[in-house]
Amino acid sequence: MEKNKSRRSFLKNISLASASALALSGCTLKELEKFFQKNFRTLSEEEKKELIAELEAEYKEKYQKDFHVSDKAAIDGTLFGYALDVSRCIGCRRCVYACVEENNQSREPQIHWIQVLQMDKERGIDFAHSDVHYDPETVPEEGHFYLPVQCQQCRTPQCTTVCPVKATWQEPDGIVVVDYNWCIGCRYCMAACPYGARHFNWAKPEIPEEEINTETHYLGNRPRMKGVVEKCTFCIQRVRAGKYPSCVEICPVGARKFGNLLDPDSEIRYILDNKRVLVLKEELNTQPKFYYFFGV
Amino acid sequence: MYRQTGYKLIFPALLLAFVFWSCSHTASNTGWNQSDSVLEEGVVVHKNGDLTEMAVEAPPFTEGIYPCNDCHTDIEPNPNRRELVDFHDDISAIFDHDSENRWCLDCHDMNNRDSLRLASGKLLSFEESYKLCGQCHGEKLRDWKVGVHGKRTGYWNGKKEYLLCVHCHNPHSPRFKALMPEPPPVRQEDIHIYEPKTEEDGKE
Repeated sequence: MEKNKSRRSFLKNISLASASALALSGCTLKELEKFFQKNFRTLSEEEKKELIAELEAEYKEKYQKDFHVSDKAAIDGTLFGYALDVSRCIGCRRCVYACVEENNQSREPQIHWIQVLQMDKERGIDFAHSDVHYDPETVPEEGHFYLPVQCQQCRTPQCTTVCPVKATWQEPDGIVVVDYNWCIGCRYCMAACPYGARHFNWAKPEIPEEEINTETHYLGNRPRMKGVVEKCTFCIQRVRAGKYPSCVEICPVGARKFGNLLDPDSEIRYILDNKRVLVLKEELNTQPKFYYFFGV
Repeated sequence: MYRQTGYKLIFPALLLAFVFWSCSHTASNTGWNQSDSVLEEGVVVHKNGDLTEMAVEAPPFTEGIYPCNDCHTDIEPNPNRRELVDFHDDISAIFDHDSENRWCLDCHDMNNRDSLRLASGKLLSFEESYKLCGQCHGEKLRDWKVGVHGKRTGYWNGKKEYLLCVHCHNPHSPRFKALMPEPPPVRQEDIHIYEPKTEEDGKE
């Protein structure tokens, strides 16, 4: 009896304490609601609409611009694939910065979804001896070739299986996405990714107001917050609208190719059928949908 | 026979209509404005016989140089291979495209300078210059047509825009020119320099 009483009073006290803590912390009802928001995949259409309207209002307040946050689902019959011509890339890094602008990556502290690795021709693909900080007057440099690395959009992604809260998953069109509202920032996925393709917002991301891209997708380039992981989504906001990813469009040598792996007439399928292709770290069985090929 | 010709005419027309419909359909569906297109006036649209529509930007002429016949109608054509000194000497200076074996009139038509000329003698407009390039670089032309060589922009599932060979390769000196790279990423050891700009940022 004595025991029961103390348990009851414990429960009473703890609930009172948490309620008063909530009240004292100055949490608005809106913030509370946000805290209890469900995982994006379990939201109904109605709930999604509400959530997006809220986000759009929030971004407008923050950046003084009208945002469009899309929740467009995968197009039926698509599985996106990417191919990069190693024999053409000259390492100019145009893709890196086009990606930063399109996808609202933090400028300060700096986040780049694409890393262009300079490799020695003598060594071949050798990550241990590659250099991401090369900075000559002009590229390409003699004796080197370039290997841009970004999310490889694996068919068996390790990053999604280790996520303890299922905040990251593979969409039906093959794009691995992150729900930033659901991410707890544990960075297990970053440890699991063998390509270093995931990036963490260690501080509040800073983007100049005039450079912000207002055409966004919930699972892609909408503004992020401190403490969440982000990554390349093949420009989900563009490709689900039929457009090419931003890095494809900027590449001055046309080394970047993109398309639907399920469409036998797509350029990506032509490459797989006719060119010599490779994937990075094949031995890990991650089965990337990001291929490297030799156009010449 | 008559009936057959009719069919032949109707099919491409239907095809074009379908391509047009699917393009406009995609665009309106997607919320992206068709005016995002990089194609501007003076654009040439070619069909290569397949479903692919091939839109090509206008050829990149040096300003004021075209039409060539403005000058060349008054000049007596000289078919002898020589170093040019009075005019086009800038091109002579950079010419590096099998220069041992070729010169101007291997690609430019002697009698009509507004035309290019295939080895067969067939005249070709500058808009179709890729066919001239393809005489020697057949493999590249094949890859370009399917979108593997060169750059395609536009819609992966719809209308695509191509650049001509000569937009990236100077036909007189085709090797792709070196570029200045964009700045390298910040080194990890330099990240500690970061300081929040406002107090609010620091708190969050």
